[in-house]
Amino acid sequence: MSDKTMSAQDVVGRLESGMTVGIGGWGARRKPMALVRALLRSEITDLTVVSYGGPDVGLLAAAGRIRTLVTAFATLDSVPLEPHYRAARESGAFELREVDEAMFMWGLHAAANRLPFLPVRAGLGSDVMRVNPDLRTVTSPYPDPVSGIREELVAMPALRLDAALVHMNRADRAGNGQYLGPDPYFDDLFCEAADTAYVSCERIVDTAELAKEAAPQTLLLQRSSVTGVVETPNGAHFTSCAPDYGRDEAFLRLYASTPYAEFAERFLGGGEQDYQDAVRTWRKERER
Amino acid sequence: MNEGAGAVKGAVAMSGDGVGAVRVTRAEYCVIACAEAWRGDGEVLASPMGAIPSVGARLARLTFSPDLLLTDGEALLVAPDGTPEGWLPYRRHLTAVTGGRRHVMMGASQIDRFGNQNIACVGDWSRPRRQLLGVRGAPVNTLNNPTSYWIPRHSPRVFVERVDMVCGVGYDRIAAAGPGAARFHRLPRVVTDLAVLDFATPDHSMRLVSVHPGVSVEQVAEATGFALTVPDEVPFTRDPTPEELELIRTVIDPGGLREREVPDPRDGPGGRTGVSPGGAGGASATGAADAPGAADADGGARGGGIPAGPGGGGR
Repeated sequence: MSDKTMSAQDVVGRLESGMTVGIGGWGARRKPMALVRALLRSEITDLTVVSYGGPDVGLLAAAGRIRTLVTAFATLDSVPLEPHYRAARESGAFELREVDEAMFMWGLHAAANRLPFLPVRAGLGSDVMRVNPDLRTVTSPYPDPVSGIREELVAMPALRLDAALVHMNRADRAGNGQYLGPDPYFDDLFCEAADTAYVSCERIVDTAELAKEAAPQTLLLQRSSVTGVVETPNGAHFTSCAPDYGRDEAFLRLYASTPYAEFAERFLGGGEQDYQDAVRTWRKERER
Repeated sequence: MNEGAGAVKGAVAMSGDGVGAVRVTRAEYCVIACAEAWRGDGEVLASPMGAIPSVGARLARLTFSPDLLLTDGEALLVAPDGTPEGWLPYRRHLTAVTGGRRHVMMGASQIDRFGNQNIACVGDWSRPRRQLLGVRGAPVNTLNNPTSYWIPRHSPRVFVERVDMVCGVGYDRIAAAGPGAARFHRLPRVVTDLAVLDFATPDHSMRLVSVHPGVSVEQVAEATGFALTVPDEVPFTRDPTPEELELIRTVIDPGGLREREVPDPRDGPGGRTGVSPGGAGGASATGAADAPGAADADGGARGGGIPAGPGGGGR
């Protein structure tokens, strides 16, 4: 098995401006924030971002890196409206392809299964159809056995990704990824829908340790759909990474209430270690 | 619902408890009205969004709808006391939606007379004046499982003639949406801090069902930005039973989150107007208050428990 370990900088070195990048997690939950921070340190821009949006979307939008966003929402969970996303959207900073949560999921399923689309009972009658004029419908070839009606459904196009970024609790050097929290979100689908997938994790462990730590169904990502593995302790900060840590609510509130330029100046100027140090310093100052 | 008579009641006396008059707050009437949404639903997931619907769902589960399923706002199905009984990550939650084994109560930043709901943005979608939550799961919810609404502040800014972006689909739009679209579409009720409404009219336009004690029909009409169907006799929302009141106050919501979401109008000028919606549940100062109901309008696939502790009510 090949050793796929690399640094966050290596990951960003394999990305290019103009790519379609999927970001795993959900809202402010298990987001690959260390990889997003590395992306922010690069010059990469003009991205199509596909995400159940949280601060990943807020940061990239505020930094002007998004050309097109595919999402159903952007939220910080405990702060319902993502303020930096909101500001960018109200200033018309990027193009939005707004789809429903279920449509999004079926778009990933279609991409993971190499299908051009999948039929979905969602979107019809809503303004999702108006704001996405490219969306088409399909008529079921099978009449309903009772009513005889051949139902019309939305043909959700595949959300094929150039690259996926996800964060796991554990992974081995070959790219087998393990989640230990309550929800896998859609991280496996993101990886399977992507040409290349990069997995950050709290800790890289020996393959033999994976199945010792928890039941085999926690082994969410197979190495066959993973390109690179990065060990980034606290790498989902300030989103949650249960059971390793919860959301950093105090820091989340700081992020939500600080103008982006000021936040970036204080926390995003250096590397990942500088970020983690700056957070520690901020916490100490606050406790004083 | 066993509504009271149509005369104006003042402070409500609970009869027969031998203790004398018990004051039932507006928030507690709202809890009862929300709980009633899940009556008779059987073994389905109750997905409440907002503090008062969460209290209502648990009350229904503990009393007249004991087969309901509840979530912890993360990925577990739990008993009312938090004991896990099942696993419900987002991917399975979405199957509960499309399989129809769920009744969600969503918020609404705007809602019109046919039940079209907006939680996405205010103003022109292409360059919104106010970006709100986004469409979230409102489209899939409304086409697949019963969808009720909770609006903690009934006002003409929420009850509008025309919503800026249709997220949750109403009766007029579903009828025009093509063969089969209305198969599983149902909007059982709308509960607000003033009243209970539904769509049980010939053209499925909104109808006043009951007003909460202390609220007049005129008050509801004034707070609604379109013409409501108002029956000749409008009953009051029913009183909680002594058992229900005890459960609400001592078991389900001893911390009083319900009173922060809907302050009692008798508690002075701060009552009806002084507290922003979404004050409960950790809503922030990020502008949620300038779009009524926005902070509570999580139309996502997953609702939440009471927004306290880890998970923050699934938002």
